Amino acid sequence: MANKVIYAVYEDPEQLKDGARKLVSSGVKVKDVYSPFPVHGLDPIIGIKRTRLGIAAFMYGIGGTSLAVLGITYFMIWDWPMNIGGKPSQALYKNIPAFIPVIFEFTVLCAAHGMAITYMIRNKTLPGMPARNPDPRTTDDKFIIEVRTADNHGHSAETITSLLRTTPVFEINERQY
Amino acid sequence: MHAEAAIREPLILGHRTYHDITNDIVGPIENKAPRGWYVLITIAGLIAAYGVGCIMYLLSKGVGVWGLNKTVDWAWDITNFVWWVGIGHAGTLISAVLLLFRQKWRMAINRSAEAMTIFAVIMAGTFPLIHMGRLWVGYWVFPLPNQFGSLWTNFNSPLLWDVFAISTYFSVSLVFWYIGLIPDFATIRDRLTKPGMKRFYSILSFGWTGNAKAWTRFEEVSLVLAGVATPLVFSVHSVVSFDFATSVIPGWHTTIFPPYFVSGAVFSGFAMVQTLLLVMRKVMHLEAYITKKHVEYMNIVIIVTGSIVGVAYITELFISWYSGVEYESYAFINRATGPYWWAYWSMMTCNVISPQLFWFKKLRTNLAFTFFMSIIVNIGMWFERFVIIVTSLHRDYMPSSWTMFHPTWVDVGTFLGTIGIFFTLYLLFARYFPVVALNELKSILKTSGESYKKEAAHHHHH
Repeated sequence: MANKVIYAVYEDPEQLKDGARKLVSSGVKVKDVYSPFPVHGLDPIIGIKRTRLGIAAFMYGIGGTSLAVLGITYFMIWDWPMNIGGKPSQALYKNIPAFIPVIFEFTVLCAAHGMAITYMIRNKTLPGMPARNPDPRTTDDKFIIEVRTADNHGHSAETITSLLRTTPVFEINERQY
Repeated sequence: MHAEAAIREPLILGHRTYHDITNDIVGPIENKAPRGWYVLITIAGLIAAYGVGCIMYLLSKGVGVWGLNKTVDWAWDITNFVWWVGIGHAGTLISAVLLLFRQKWRMAINRSAEAMTIFAVIMAGTFPLIHMGRLWVGYWVFPLPNQFGSLWTNFNSPLLWDVFAISTYFSVSLVFWYIGLIPDFATIRDRLTKPGMKRFYSILSFGWTGNAKAWTRFEEVSLVLAGVATPLVFSVHSVVSFDFATSVIPGWHTTIFPPYFVSGAVFSGFAMVQTLLLVMRKVMHLEAYITKKHVEYMNIVIIVTGSIVGVAYITELFISWYSGVEYESYAFINRATGPYWWAYWSMMTCNVISPQLFWFKKLRTNLAFTFFMSIIVNIGMWFERFVIIVTSLHRDYMPSSWTMFHPTWVDVGTFLGTIGIFFTLYLLFARYFPVVALNELKSILKTSGESYKKEAAHHHHH
């Protein structure tokens, strides 16, 4: 039997969540959900873990702080110390108040751009990437649950479809793949 | 589902569906531009071209073509720089600070305010660069290995802090803006049928799919970027104020400068947002999304920040007397009563007195009055920078070097030119980009939309 992919199309995020809840509680694995905006409260239902992008941003930020401190120490203290308006240039700890602005800005620069680049790569949203949403209406006003029969050996396409029919679904599309 | 109190005014008027929102925002991009747009962009483009011409002339002749002299060696150039950076403060404030405070009204205005920020910061960055005279060595501001015995940039200097602050602010704002734009470009991509346009938006949308995990990441990125952009916004104008505050010029050497500059920046930024949005909502028929309530909220920010600026002016004046430093007190007496009294009193009227009129609800909900005030505030804020910079310099310690500043046609042309470039960029944005964050608006439609709120209230009564 060929594998099938079932798209359950909803018109409202709350109805979509009801549908997803029903599927999951009947033991059907939801492959993915496509929506025009973030549907709050959906992730725990379909078993999506919290993203670690925040941790990544923190690491990039700390990296930026370290790099800024190291760079400024090299430029201003080791390589070419200058007497500028009598500001102490012999040791980092003495001159550091004047360096805080740049250290801060560089931390933000690295945290923000590091996170943004990681986000783009993880989401596969990069220049030239093809769109992978199954239906163009998911970026407008439709919310789609994707279920694959290959992930659900205990359920036939018919049982999944009839289960979906008990929810306020707008339409159901099936495709072979 | 998150519910909202019935007494809160709706943020989306009338009855709208998700599809209506897409139609209302993407429609103007698909249709032919109204004739007014061609007229405006022609005017803005001509002014921009004149400005570019002035800049080319400046670069070929040298900074001497500006009206700067030995005493007043900073004038319109830095005034314009600070003015534009200030205007560039509203966008990220709206999208970052208001996001952290969960202010939903930001969603209708953040996109265009951020665009304004980016264009304003580009205009701001132009001034220090052309002020160098030798634009082609502009990269010397970065600590790059070089063959001058490896002479590094001076990290003790606020001018270098500015380089880092402005470039970080610009690039982070740009990324924040673009990340929000990606899902909206995808909406346009999936809707358009003309192959050329579809291809264009397909490239801009980076292959956005809108699956559950992507949206989770999207929200995390928005939140964290808002978190880091918030202190960034405050740091940028603080650093700009350090350009003056760390010097020893009476009138500049003031510890009040950072908060005073930041609130002034937010004040002028919101004024510019009002100038642009009041026109845009009318021309693009966005009255249902950018409502009177939005305008009122922004006017409230203008009263608050305008009052902070007012308090700062008066504090400065008081401290100049209370400090007992005669140079300091002379600098301030001279501002108010010297040959530049007209600039000082224009600043006082525009920035301190006029925003107080917004205490009247009738006035702050009046769109024509708001538009008028937004222009007044921006004139006032330009004068503020002019007063700080020129009046503090023109009377040196040595009376024999006292002089006035007279702008040349190149000063005027360069400034007007940046306004032209700014409006050209903004008009292009309004024509080809989704001017309202579609995906964000859709997420609040059922909680803050007028018809849905009425329905919920109705439901509640039975």
